[in-house]
Amino acid sequence: MFKKFNNLSKSAFAALLMLSLYPSKVLSDWDALNMREGVTQVSRDVFELHMLIFYICVAIGAVVFSVMFYSLFRYTKKRNPNPSTFHESTKLEVAWTIVPFLILIAMAVPASKTLTEIYDDEEGEINIQVVGYQWKWEYKYLEDDINFFSNLSTDQDEIYNLVPKGENYLLEVDEPLIIPVDTRVRFLITANDVIHSWWVPDFAIKQDAIPGFINTAWTRAEETGIYRGNCTELCGKNHGFMPVVVKVVEKDEYNDWVLAKKEEAIKLAELTEKEWSLAELTQRGEGVYQKNCVACHQMNGEGLPPIFPALAGSDIVMFDKGRNVEILMEGVQGAAMQSFANQLSEVDMAAVITYTRQAWGNAENGDGEYVVPSDIVEYKKPKI
Amino acid sequence: MSSVIESHHDDHHHGPAKGLMRWLLTTNHKDIGTLYLWFSFAMFLIGGAMAMVIRAELFQPGMQIVEPEFYNQMLTLHGLIMVFGAVMPAFVGLANWLVPMMVGAPDMALPRLNNLSFWLLPFAFGILLSSLFMEGGAPNFGWTFYAPLSTTYAPPSVTFFIFSVHIMGASSIMGSINVIVTIMNMRAPGMDLMKMPLFVWSWLITAYLLIAVMPVLAGAVTMMLMDIHFGTSFFNAAGGGDPVLFQHIFWFFGHPEVYIMILPAFGIVSHIIETFSRKQLFGYSSMVWAMLSIAILSFVVWAHHMFTVGMPLAAELFFMWATMLIAVPTGVKVFNWVATMFKGSITYETPMLFAISFVVLFTIGGFSGLMLSIVPADFQYHDTYFVVAHFHYVLVPGSIFSIMAAVYYWIPKWTGNMYDERMGRLHFWLSFVGVNVTFFPQHWIGLAGMPRRYPDYALQFADWNMVSTAGAFLFGASQILFLFIVLKTVMGGKKATPQVWEGARGLEWSVESPAPYHTFSTPPKVN
Repeated sequence: MFKKFNNLSKSAFAALLMLSLYPSKVLSDWDALNMREGVTQVSRDVFELHMLIFYICVAIGAVVFSVMFYSLFRYTKKRNPNPSTFHESTKLEVAWTIVPFLILIAMAVPASKTLTEIYDDEEGEINIQVVGYQWKWEYKYLEDDINFFSNLSTDQDEIYNLVPKGENYLLEVDEPLIIPVDTRVRFLITANDVIHSWWVPDFAIKQDAIPGFINTAWTRAEETGIYRGNCTELCGKNHGFMPVVVKVVEKDEYNDWVLAKKEEAIKLAELTEKEWSLAELTQRGEGVYQKNCVACHQMNGEGLPPIFPALAGSDIVMFDKGRNVEILMEGVQGAAMQSFANQLSEVDMAAVITYTRQAWGNAENGDGEYVVPSDIVEYKKPKI
Repeated sequence: MSSVIESHHDDHHHGPAKGLMRWLLTTNHKDIGTLYLWFSFAMFLIGGAMAMVIRAELFQPGMQIVEPEFYNQMLTLHGLIMVFGAVMPAFVGLANWLVPMMVGAPDMALPRLNNLSFWLLPFAFGILLSSLFMEGGAPNFGWTFYAPLSTTYAPPSVTFFIFSVHIMGASSIMGSINVIVTIMNMRAPGMDLMKMPLFVWSWLITAYLLIAVMPVLAGAVTMMLMDIHFGTSFFNAAGGGDPVLFQHIFWFFGHPEVYIMILPAFGIVSHIIETFSRKQLFGYSSMVWAMLSIAILSFVVWAHHMFTVGMPLAAELFFMWATMLIAVPTGVKVFNWVATMFKGSITYETPMLFAISFVVLFTIGGFSGLMLSIVPADFQYHDTYFVVAHFHYVLVPGSIFSIMAAVYYWIPKWTGNMYDERMGRLHFWLSFVGVNVTFFPQHWIGLAGMPRRYPDYALQFADWNMVSTAGAFLFGASQILFLFIVLKTVMGGKKATPQVWEGARGLEWSVESPAPYHTFSTPPKVN
């Protein structure tokens, strides 16, 4: 059924496009102009519903507008100098109240059915917590204790037109969400700061991520592949720069990936034990800074005051190591600065603090003290 | 429009004062109507200039002209200024000019209140616009200002924004009280409610909606103010508050607000179609009932703006069905307009062109609205350019075209001069092409997956964004022509007869053109 709809829709869109006399090169790419069918039963139901309502609207429009345009051509003052005087008809008015009502019922029935299907919050075989942050996503695999952040990986130079843009411009991340094919996956969606919204068009999932609330959504992807989506609730400056990328893989591949992620965590723990030199920490910290901090504090450390303060020349960053660590670990209440305690490993935390205390002349003008991973481990120990 | 002032002799009242004081102290409904209309036009140009910044940035992928934080300020101010500064004051201006003349009253019932409600507005918008120059920039959280982005995470200027919204609200409430009191108490003898012109009816309903919901908006911004400065946690989850509560309150105001911006348009278009079809409006009483039903339904559909916040199934179903129901009275209105044109004797002056395109394009906006009401499909449409296309179709060729139609239709009555018909038609066609080239492709890029409020986008949306930007600049430039046409008409032109249009009916056409400074000092008789 939906296949037929799809073909029809292509020709309808084609006709509309022809009328609008736009450059012919875009005429070849129909699918780019309609909703995606997606790769789940729900997304196909939604697509079918969309096309159904669209055609009903087109049909009603065709009838109403043809009567109207007929009147506009036929009953001009020239052709019909003496207007009729009728101005009401109870029969007609009852008819055009009841008929639309019946059409609406015909729309409401399938819509309500599909909606009920979507609203099913039974547990998944895999349950993943999705957390929105300004401006990235965190994915926590609840059964496997895996946890990572997903950041935009498009180069700033592409955004500022200094280098050509790649194929997946603004739709690519450093680490995508990975889920197995043909498996019921449930998402528990929330946010850490402001409201975000997690959208994957190919699954027909769009759920707001709201601080203090946990919304659920589920999917069962039927095809492997990479599916790209966006944040769809205005969440501040980089709202347009926090894409969602989901990679659906075969079940075996998924299991291998889970094992690899667990090994990675062990290796990271070992890194914490290692003795770090200032140069090593600063170098690692620069990378962490670019990924996590530049959006607000900027590459030059000047920030965007007053909401995002400057780090270059900051008294805390130059002279108060203790407070410096505390801010990164706890965030700042009532301000945009969030806690990075769960986002960064001990090594990365120490590295990024060290980097900011070294960069932009902060070391020369300040006390030049730096932070090592064991300081963070120490901080994390419960205080009595 | 200021040439209204010039001499007329059949009136024993004094004329207007001279100079600036006339406009500052005026209590005359015609003067205040003129002030409102010019104010709204100025805001339309400022809000429009912001739209041009937005569209210029979106001309190509990548950041070219502005930074994302300034882009967010532009989209926020564009929305606020167009809604509260352009569309609403324009309708209030039309109400001031027309309601007393249409019901045969000498003036608005509360003339000093009328003066105050206008003169609050320049202060409200002065404060709002001044936030552009404050540290941290102007409000950047969208015209819907969802908490906590607009509270905990807002720039310091949010406090000025809250103050400015309070002033706008006070102005609207006073204006509405004035309209209601005028219509209820000052109709000419014999003018029953069901004999009132439809524009008067539409404003009576609109005024009640305003009185009902502006206090709700005031409540929402006051709660924000408390959260920001006085340590409450209405919308702060960390303090036990509820960010979704904000959205419920906002949209309980926001949805009736949408109808506040379209009901007067229904009234205007009904008058214009009837005049240029030279045939009595079809189904007058069903038009009134349709507007009443739309107004009442507007209070029970607010959460259709929030289908993705995670409401329970029962709520989603209720709001879907209630929303779909609005299609019925809206359909009745469209059918009535078509039936009025059927077997009429139609001519195509500029107001009629705008009114006809209102019917067609507003209906297209209605169709996309119906599509948006279908919850499962809305999960895909929500917060994409499909929504942007939808509400711009009902607001630009809807509300704004109706305002332009009204200006062309009544300007001969206001100034005593006919506008230049050729230029009017040119303005119409440029606007018509511009608006469709701007907004129609946005349906497609929305369906294809481009979210709204994005300063930058993926490459597959590039072609149509470019087309949309071209259309926007065409539409923007055409409004300079509109300004020119209006000024030219104010300064001179072919003299208008009292009736102006062959098919026009109603009390306002029984007085001279331009309408004398004081009309209906003794009430006319209505049969």
